[in-house]
Amino acid sequence: MATSQLELKGITKRYPGVLANDSIDLSIQPGEVHALLGENGAGKSTLVKIIYGVVRADSGELRWKGEPISITSPNQARSLGIGMVFQHFNLFETLTVAENISLGIDADHDLKVLTSEIREISERYGLPINPHQHVHELSVGERQRVEIIRCLVQDPKLLIMDEPTSVLTPQEIAKLFETLKRLSSEGCSILYISHKLEEIQELCDHATVLRLGKVTATCTPRDETPKSLAEMMIGSELPVCKRTESAYSPDVRLALRGLAITSPDPHGTDLKGIDLEVRKGEVLGIAGVAGNGQKELLATINGEILSPRAEMIELNGEAVATSSPAARRDRGLGFVPEERLGRGAVPEMSLAFNALLTGNQKGMVSDKGFIDFAHMRDYATKVRERFDVRSDGIDAEAKSLSGGNLQKFIIGREIMFGPELLILGHPTWGVDVGAATTIHQAIVDLASGGTAVVVVSEDLDELFEICDSIAVIAEGRLSPIRATSDTDVEEIGRWMSGQFGEEDGADNHVAA
Amino acid sequence: MDGMDTALAILVGTVRAGTPLVFAAIGELIVEKSGVLNLGVEGMMLVGAVSGFIATVLTGSPYIGILVAIGAGVLLSLVFGCLTQLLLTNQVATGLALTIFGVGLSAFIGLDYVGTPITGLRPIAIPVLSSIPIIGPLLFNHDLLIYMSVGMVALVTWFLYRSRGGLILRAVGESHDAAHALGYSVVKIRFLSIMFGGGMAGLAGAYLSLVYTPQWAENMTAGRGWIALALVVFATWRPARVLIGAYLFGGITILSLHVQAHGFDVSSHLVATLPYIATIVVLVLISRDATKIRLNAPASLGRPFHPGA
Repeated sequence: MATSQLELKGITKRYPGVLANDSIDLSIQPGEVHALLGENGAGKSTLVKIIYGVVRADSGELRWKGEPISITSPNQARSLGIGMVFQHFNLFETLTVAENISLGIDADHDLKVLTSEIREISERYGLPINPHQHVHELSVGERQRVEIIRCLVQDPKLLIMDEPTSVLTPQEIAKLFETLKRLSSEGCSILYISHKLEEIQELCDHATVLRLGKVTATCTPRDETPKSLAEMMIGSELPVCKRTESAYSPDVRLALRGLAITSPDPHGTDLKGIDLEVRKGEVLGIAGVAGNGQKELLATINGEILSPRAEMIELNGEAVATSSPAARRDRGLGFVPEERLGRGAVPEMSLAFNALLTGNQKGMVSDKGFIDFAHMRDYATKVRERFDVRSDGIDAEAKSLSGGNLQKFIIGREIMFGPELLILGHPTWGVDVGAATTIHQAIVDLASGGTAVVVVSEDLDELFEICDSIAVIAEGRLSPIRATSDTDVEEIGRWMSGQFGEEDGADNHVAA
Repeated sequence: MDGMDTALAILVGTVRAGTPLVFAAIGELIVEKSGVLNLGVEGMMLVGAVSGFIATVLTGSPYIGILVAIGAGVLLSLVFGCLTQLLLTNQVATGLALTIFGVGLSAFIGLDYVGTPITGLRPIAIPVLSSIPIIGPLLFNHDLLIYMSVGMVALVTWFLYRSRGGLILRAVGESHDAAHALGYSVVKIRFLSIMFGGGMAGLAGAYLSLVYTPQWAENMTAGRGWIALALVVFATWRPARVLIGAYLFGGITILSLHVQAHGFDVSSHLVATLPYIATIVVLVLISRDATKIRLNAPASLGRPFHPGA
């Protein structure tokens, strides 16, 4: 057997209270695409940080081309030929593409020479980019290209990709895979981190599965099924979300009529005349690539951004587009923002007080302005029990919970107020499979109880699983709305790049 | 010819009054570009002013005084650096404390030197060029520090936008987490920036006590450290605009002196506020472009950096 490009033996890393990596073995051959598979918190990130020199392992051995080595810094990793594309991009928004790439290279170099190198690589690997553009002007997909090119200019022997497709359209994903396959055919090894099983089956030669810091399986993904891979990952049978027959009534709960606003963020997206209706008991999904107006749409419906005319948003037939978020909540709006910590919950406050944040109008504060602590604690306890929130009681600080558990609490908090309309932004982003299923089930059950639900998400699988109808937001415009059964990933994916004709948009109502 | 002489005196006075601000603000600009907010400029200026003055009295050489002032500024900024970068104290509170500390310390060690006369820095007339009428006295008959201050602005501009070191500095100020992930030492870069800022603030103080006045008086900076801080922000972190702002402040300071000398019946306190108000108003008016502000403002300004998270 040929010498491995990289070999890990017994890598262990302990953080206070948690064993992030427990004696992990892994080996990658030259030119191999190796998947690292696992749920959030399984230890994938820690492991790649150790390989990239950001974090030091407590014990264990790394071998690079058969030679034992200790990687103490990202600079050293790069000089060995290890490149990494982070899930959260390490880019500087106010600098140009070329400057950003230059910062990732240690050796002396001339920016002009580098610029022509960037052009050459971008052509060779099909990664179109303008080196002189500022990063803040780029789409998410383009930013990822910058990250990839930053690795490629250093002629890497091993490229680490941390959940690279979570922000891409299906078409962009297909292009990325072409690039990666080309790289691997040239002998570059790729360590591919993901929890998207179909991708791993399509792309990867081998897979190492992590659970709770341990290697639980190694396999050849093409010989497995998504179901068997998922079960290796979560260690038990994959829970499924049970859909009830969608039977929504004609009562319109939320209507947007020509909703148009200018984004307060200079790098944001303006909403350009959005029309839609959501009915009692309907789950409407809004797909789209991040940064196409989702943030503005959510903030506008919730009332954080006020619209120019009151009629632009109707809640149960009442024009509310110029009312405050509190006034809208009074009329039955529930809202789950995309950021859990900081907007959905105050990180330093206990769960009980976080319940009070949106519950102050629901009887937790008396008419005289005093907090009804018994009511508040009782409510938080009920949310915690019903939605299986694993926390250290209701006095645990919000930030001490895992993403999935906090999200279950926030969504549960909104659901148990019994909203007539619930708006959710990226409800399962960064949430593990088990919690995601709980959340999906809760959304579906809520709708069958008569609540209208709008889910804004980048995860198409999620939208197709729980939504009755689907639309796409692209560059601040909304595509036609289709019944989920009348469309497919391909069409939605095409729409995500903004290609939906105006003629399709004439009738934005789902035929019941 | 009398009017011409007055105009010339005002212009030369403008440059001299603006120079301490140029030093202090260009130093703070580097500090802020690296993502650190040091509100201790006023304190570092005062300590620089008094230590430079004492060194000049003791040695008789203003050049040694200047070096000592720079050293004192650096030393004081190191206190700020250790507290904010190593012990992760709050930058705003630490900077304020540094100013309060500097005001008190300078008054204390300068007690015996109030009113002591010294020979300040003399102008260096550049041969031939300085004898050109008008342009000569205006541009080529200044003390060393004025030439240095203009050179420093050019150097900082070149460093920030043309050199790799400047690129790294801007990157650290933009996103310290990303810079850290790429393997840059955020704390080291910020320490060096803070020290540069301290040295420049010390130099600015020395200019006041060795050239501009030249004497030591308690609290002689009179808020110039704060104006330097405001200049950096209102100049949207661009060196050339800092220079414009500093001279604007200097110009209006000198003009208001002339206004008072000609006996206009306006409260002198009111006149004294003019340079502060006018400088800020003008800078706000010329720097209103939101996109430009976003592009130049260091995004992680004042945010503490916790490595290893």
